[in-house]
Amino acid sequence: MSDGIEGRPEPDDARQQCFESRLDRALKIEPPDWMPDAYRKTLTRQISQHAHSEIVGMLPEGNWITRAPSLHRKLILLAKVQDEAGHGLYLYSAAESLGTPRDELVAALHAGKAKYSSIFNYPTLTWADVGAIGWLVDGAAIINQIPITRCSYGPYARAMVRICKEESFHQRQGFDIMWTLAHGTPPQRAMAQDALDRWWWPSVMMFGPPDAASVHNEQSLRWKIKLFTNDELRQKFIDQTVPQAERLRLTIPDPQLRWNEETQHYEIGPVDWDEFYRVVGGDGPCNRERLSARVDAWNDGAWVRDAAAEHARKRAGSEAA
Amino acid sequence: MKNDWPQWEIFVRSEAGLAHKHVGSLHAADERMALESARDLYTRRNEGVSIWVVRSEHVHATDPAQSEEFFEPSEDKAYRHPTFYHVPEGVKHL
Ligand SMILES: [Fe+2]
Ligand SMILES: [Fe+2]
Repeated sequence: MSDGIEGRPEPDDARQQCFESRLDRALKIEPPDWMPDAYRKTLTRQISQHAHSEIVGMLPEGNWITRAPSLHRKLILLAKVQDEAGHGLYLYSAAESLGTPRDELVAALHAGKAKYSSIFNYPTLTWADVGAIGWLVDGAAIINQIPITRCSYGPYARAMVRICKEESFHQRQGFDIMWTLAHGTPPQRAMAQDALDRWWWPSVMMFGPPDAASVHNEQSLRWKIKLFTNDELRQKFIDQTVPQAERLRLTIPDPQLRWNEETQHYEIGPVDWDEFYRVVGGDGPCNRERLSARVDAWNDGAWVRDAAAEHARKRAGSEAA
Repeated sequence: MKNDWPQWEIFVRSEAGLAHKHVGSLHAADERMALESARDLYTRRNEGVSIWVVRSEHVHATDPAQSEEFFEPSEDKAYRHPTFYHVPEGVKHL
């Protein structure tokens, strides 16, 4: 958007003060407002990573669309994956409002320079994995995303409101798949248990490294683009998910998991953070496959983008004539 | 060739009788594609009965750095609000 009237230059510290007082008063920052460069940069990184996660996240589930066990399940999964595309687009728009064009953000992903949630670097081996993703991964995403609806940057907060409205359908359809399998034949139960075994720890890791080791926590909390720490969000996820697993009569793959009567929280065993850093660093089971699928989709779609642009140019030309 | 689809701002009327409201933006080659993509992106759950699309560059906005001066003229005119006036006791329908 273009601004009508040019602002008079103001000294940076006056603007900085104004910015901070807005944060203190819980006022939102909007795209044309002055903001510190570091805030803009951090937000651009965070929102575009989030957008990339939505788009790459379509791949593991998209893998099962043609093999869904019924037409009913297929329709649901199609709608879910389409929602994720939508989430990616809302978020790219929000990121673009900070000044970086979408093509540049996408190019960074394709060049391997931008990150996305490492959970999507795990394979979907069986139909139960589609259930486990909806239940656990979308469940974790909801816990991560609900606080962001109150973050300090207006376009990000608004995108998140739309996304959160759609996410609870994702989680419920996943739980519904798990429920059906858990109440099915012994092999179906075993399939559900196997999916939980493989997706539990990567889901726990989705909240990022422990607070003591997290680089971005403190500044982001001060800027109100993060409202709870990684460990707080992770605890929330564990507390809400363990009883759900019990209802499914499935076993969480953690022999040290226990309820602490004193703190009124569940406690988990040690997390294999080496695995987390390995997958983030590019060495997960599907990193290369996911990235090349995105790059191929972009390249294969080039003629469509070009043809549409050319068609629009011709139409504009003939209207002008 | 570079993908030079322009950006569009999307406004959705959620039901007849209500105003169109800004919901977000998207990229599209022309207005028809913008309308169809806006339908797929912003009204997947019956959120709209009408959509407007406007090229982002055609939106002109006030400058936030000058908001204070720009909106100041309406600030000290309390007499424009009914609550400014004292209503004597017993006077009705005012
Ligand atoms: Fe999503
Ligand atoms: Fe989702």
